[in-house]
Amino acid sequence: MNLLHAFIALKGIVTRELWRFLHQRERFVAALVRPLVWLFVFAAGFRSTLGIAIIPPYQTYILYEVYIAAGLIGMIQLFNGMQSSLSMVYDREMGSMKTLLVSPLPRWFLLTGKLLAGTAVSILQAYVFLVIAWFYDIQAPWHGYLSLLPALVLAGLMLGALGMLLSSFIKQLENFAGVMNFVIFPMFFMSTALYPLWKIKESSELLHTLASYNPFSQAVELLRFALYGQFNLYAFVYTLSCFVIFMAIAVWGYNPSKGMMVKKGGGPR
Amino acid sequence: MNKYLLLLALCVSTSFADTLYITLEKDNALAVVDGASGTLLKTVPLGQRPRGLALSKNGSLLYVAASDDDTIQILDTNTLKVIGDLPAGEDPETFRIHPNGRWLYVSNEDDNIVTVVDVEKRSVITEISVGVEPEGIAISSDGLWVVNTSETTNMVHWIDPRQQGITDNTLVDPRPRAAEFSVDNKSLFVTSEIAGSLSRIDVASKQVEQQLSFRIPGVDQELIQPVGVLAHPDNRLLFVALGPANRVAVVDIQKMEVIKYLLVGQRVWNLAFSPDLKRLYTTNGVSNDISIIELDSLKVTKSLRVGHYPWGITVKDD
Repeated sequence: MNLLHAFIALKGIVTRELWRFLHQRERFVAALVRPLVWLFVFAAGFRSTLGIAIIPPYQTYILYEVYIAAGLIGMIQLFNGMQSSLSMVYDREMGSMKTLLVSPLPRWFLLTGKLLAGTAVSILQAYVFLVIAWFYDIQAPWHGYLSLLPALVLAGLMLGALGMLLSSFIKQLENFAGVMNFVIFPMFFMSTALYPLWKIKESSELLHTLASYNPFSQAVELLRFALYGQFNLYAFVYTLSCFVIFMAIAVWGYNPSKGMMVKKGGGPR
Repeated sequence: MNKYLLLLALCVSTSFADTLYITLEKDNALAVVDGASGTLLKTVPLGQRPRGLALSKNGSLLYVAASDDDTIQILDTNTLKVIGDLPAGEDPETFRIHPNGRWLYVSNEDDNIVTVVDVEKRSVITEISVGVEPEGIAISSDGLWVVNTSETTNMVHWIDPRQQGITDNTLVDPRPRAAEFSVDNKSLFVTSEIAGSLSRIDVASKQVEQQLSFRIPGVDQELIQPVGVLAHPDNRLLFVALGPANRVAVVDIQKMEVIKYLLVGQRVWNLAFSPDLKRLYTTNGVSNDISIIELDSLKVTKSLRVGHYPWGITVKDD
């Protein structure tokens, strides 16, 4: 792989994704409105719900909106990952993905480029959300905003890789609704984004088990700890492992001769 | 080398260490906490049901009301050993020491009296009859006034220390609990537990000047029960512990408005500042912890478990 060639290709992929993002202002607004509605409307109803237990990384009692903030950053990245996968299905239908995949560069490199572009967009969204949240009195220590960045990169890559994996399974754009119902919603609600594990355990052991093994939970915990300047090793290893696995399957899935594109009839005939 | 030693000395001299003493009502013990780091150092056994506590003027002695033992225990702050007792009447709860360092005023809830104790002679000077269920005691920093609140009579009783007797009474909202003089001694603040309010009384006229009712969105009004109150020495802010509302209200003294409600542990009772005025500490009776509030940012930074039913708190400058 020629480095210059690789760089030009990466630049092309990232620029295309950023242009697409910047030209779709409504997408940016929509991506922000969703977590903000959860924060201002949903969380308002449960304001004092969590004021009875202290859980790490918090050192004191917190209002629900403080708890949910990290989960909503995760939500931004989850939806962004899925949005990227949606755009990949679209690209495949329109043929631009095929053009990309037949380039002489390794497939993993091209897909990683797509992934990085999507993650960059989600990080931008997350920080804008945090600025708004800051004015709503959800304020982390200043160094937390710095330590959050690497966590956002890893969580964004993992969720993006998951989206990519799913997109390799989806034959048509219409099938994306299924992803919403069977992947995004269960992942989001069965996680620590909205409720801490001890709260989930109070109602159901099964839900507690599912939530603790949910990769999205671990991504949220990684973000939550990082926002308060702390490192959660378990969440880091779990998220990293999930990223590697999802990415490997996605790269295989996008193999035009072996992967899911052939099995689902999307590959070359 | 000398440069580094000087730097080290400067660092040491500018860091304000403080020790918190907290009575644990249910554990019959005293929790000792390092305020700056927010760590529990040790727990020392005390008499039964310890509640109110205060340091002597020079900080060498700690007085603790052991309510169920009907006494005030005297501890040496260096050794934390009980070195004596003060006669304190029946069921002593809240007390304060006069700025002269000698007279101690303690409320005896069951007997409807305030007992005045000479801490040097360790004897009772007098007993002052007050309203039903006396509770809070406050003493102006100029030593001219001692006030006592009576929970059932709903009154503030003004005691002139020169006469050791009541000279005036002020009717306030139901179930007055704690009282606190403003730094300039011109105002007296009184919390009313059932009314969920704070009254500001003009010391000169002994009349209620202003009232503030606490309202917290999303919190049941019945849970808002103001208890401990503490005035910041800058005469700008007042802090009010709101009991089972699990909040401390930050009040702008001039406007008599709440600036902010800070979420702390359950059933917040009493409050104390760190000597450098960087932190405010709260005792949270039901959640068995104390909360530490950073005063510059008005943020709760930490809550620390200290033992069962933390009640009173006092801070020693190290």
